Amino acid sequence: MSLPPKSTGEKFTGEKLKASEERLDALREEALRTGAVTGARVTPSGSPFPQTVAETGYYGNPVLKKPVWKWQVPVYFLAGGVAGASAAIAFAAHVLGRDPALVRAALWIALGGAIISPPLLIFDLGRPSRFWNMLRVFKLQSPMSVGAWTLMAFSFAVGTAVVCEEIVLRGYSSSLLLGVGWAGEAGAMLTGLVLLSYTSVLLGATAIPVWSENRRVLPVHFVASALGASAGILELAGYLIPATNGMSIAAAGVETCVAVYIAMRGRAVDAPLRTGRVVWMIRVAVGLTGQAPLVLRIFFAHWPAARPIASVCFILGALLSRYGWMAAGHASSRDSKTLFEIQRKGTTTGETKASAKI
Amino acid sequence: MAISAFLTDPSICIGCKACEVACKEWNQLPDDGFEWSGQSYDNTRALGASTWRHVLFLEQPQPLGAQITGTPEPFRWQFLSDVCKHCANAGCLEACPTGAILRTEFGSVFVQPDVCNGCGYCIVSCPFGVIDRNEQEGLAFKCTFCYDRQVAGLIPACAKACPTQSIQFGEISELRERAGARVQLLQERGYADARVYDPRETSVGGIHALFVILGRPEDYNFPPAPEIPTVHLKTAWTYALASAAVLLLTVFGAFFL
Ligand code: SF4
Ligand code: SF4
Repeated sequence: MSLPPKSTGEKFTGEKLKASEERLDALREEALRTGAVTGARVTPSGSPFPQTVAETGYYGNPVLKKPVWKWQVPVYFLAGGVAGASAAIAFAAHVLGRDPALVRAALWIALGGAIISPPLLIFDLGRPSRFWNMLRVFKLQSPMSVGAWTLMAFSFAVGTAVVCEEIVLRGYSSSLLLGVGWAGEAGAMLTGLVLLSYTSVLLGATAIPVWSENRRVLPVHFVASALGASAGILELAGYLIPATNGMSIAAAGVETCVAVYIAMRGRAVDAPLRTGRVVWMIRVAVGLTGQAPLVLRIFFAHWPAARPIASVCFILGALLSRYGWMAAGHASSRDSKTLFEIQRKGTTTGETKASAKI
Repeated sequence: MAISAFLTDPSICIGCKACEVACKEWNQLPDDGFEWSGQSYDNTRALGASTWRHVLFLEQPQPLGAQITGTPEPFRWQFLSDVCKHCANAGCLEACPTGAILRTEFGSVFVQPDVCNGCGYCIVSCPFGVIDRNEQEGLAFKCTFCYDRQVAGLIPACAKACPTQSIQFGEISELRERAGARVQLLQERGYADARVYDPRETSVGGIHALFVILGRPEDYNFPPAPEIPTVHLKTAWTYALASAAVLLLTVFGAFFL
């Protein structure tokens, strides 16, 4: 039946026991002396009895669990986003008959993203060896499941496209090969559009307030930064063409608008984005993806280094902002006060009415 | 098969934690470390991967019914044994990409430890903050509703161990009735803020671990209006796919610059 988790094997004896007993003694002494205990991990809200307060729930303990995802997940969010957007760029350039070298470069970038994504996802799992269980079922109602299948389909499509492209470039062209190549590119474009956007749904459809309450904003943000980062990588690869500049400016514009929008709303649920460590991550990220590229690309357009610098800024900013959103999710999971407020006001209802005030 | 359920009634709980211990013993769960929390007599603090029953100790500045406490200020001390809610619409179950979490013939929500790959998506999808990942095993764990015992015709270990019948086990509709009757009785006896915690009007659609509570759900760290995160899917996907379509148009447009 249920496979029991192994015991930590930690014996509560000797030094540890002594330390714990001493700690208890110290707490007792402190309580006797001052009528309250204030030490670390001791959070009574009143004295002499610690009391629960309605606003923060049960002694301020979080209602929700914090996300267990590690650094790999934000990196994957960007890698998948870049891969998807690059496939879209390759497809558009090919359809419009633009520079074949650009098509090839964009396809390779997409393939690169598809290659580094699975390891990032796998090593974030609690049991990496069971990655294949992701493909045991397909569940439309689970963005994680949809994402895993999309990544598989995308990798297959973009791999096919690159192989065909490379064979054709070496002069072995045939109508079959060209047809398969086109199918691969179209498939990579379509699955890529899902790949670059589903991660916002992955966060938006959770119980973490700062994510779920931004389920409309996150998609816009993630899609824009995927486009900007992908165009930036192409620029760094030497394609300093008007098209990549246009995409980058559009992306930077959207990123700025998203930041302004969140700031203007000033909702309590977005507080994790405005406090602590996260505020700096978000602020720097907005500077790097929004203002800096806009200024460099519009006002310093004649300066040759402007566009590469803007590209680097954007890519770093896009990565940082994903870390920021992840950290905001952690903070939000601890913020029971806001959770209670939202639910009492019934604004977290999504498509249903949270009429139930129990 | 009948839908089985818990009814946990803090008004008769004595805070002995027999349920916590019985659960640990039956399910062979490891300890959670030995830390003094300073939170009344509760050093467990919350449910987790290795804590599937958790007894809360609430100290509140309110009188408890007609009781005489002997302190000058109004005061009441309540105990409630928290557990996975086995939601009618379970966030964890919907979110799980491997199909590790399933609904059993008893209506409970069960994690198959041999299928889970520890992706952690259930953890952010539980509106009650119940399920968590055990970092040694790398897998998600929560209350199994003693599936193994139920299959063998036994009642869950916690309900079996409870000396005051604060934890009752039975068929859901019967327990819902019993909970309603209990609340009525409590109110008649002067516990004006007694109520049933069973969010049936929200998208969670009711829970299979009912609670009779005194006061607001927030005091017990129960979300007052929990929603299953899948209600957000439609909006999120609409915005995601629309944004992706705009991206494609932008890319095509950019090539005409
Ligand atoms: S309380 Fe959480 S872990 Fe339990 S069934 Fe509901 S969603 Fe799943
Ligand atoms: S951690 Fe395990 S049980 Fe939870 S969603 Fe992932 S695969 Fe399913």
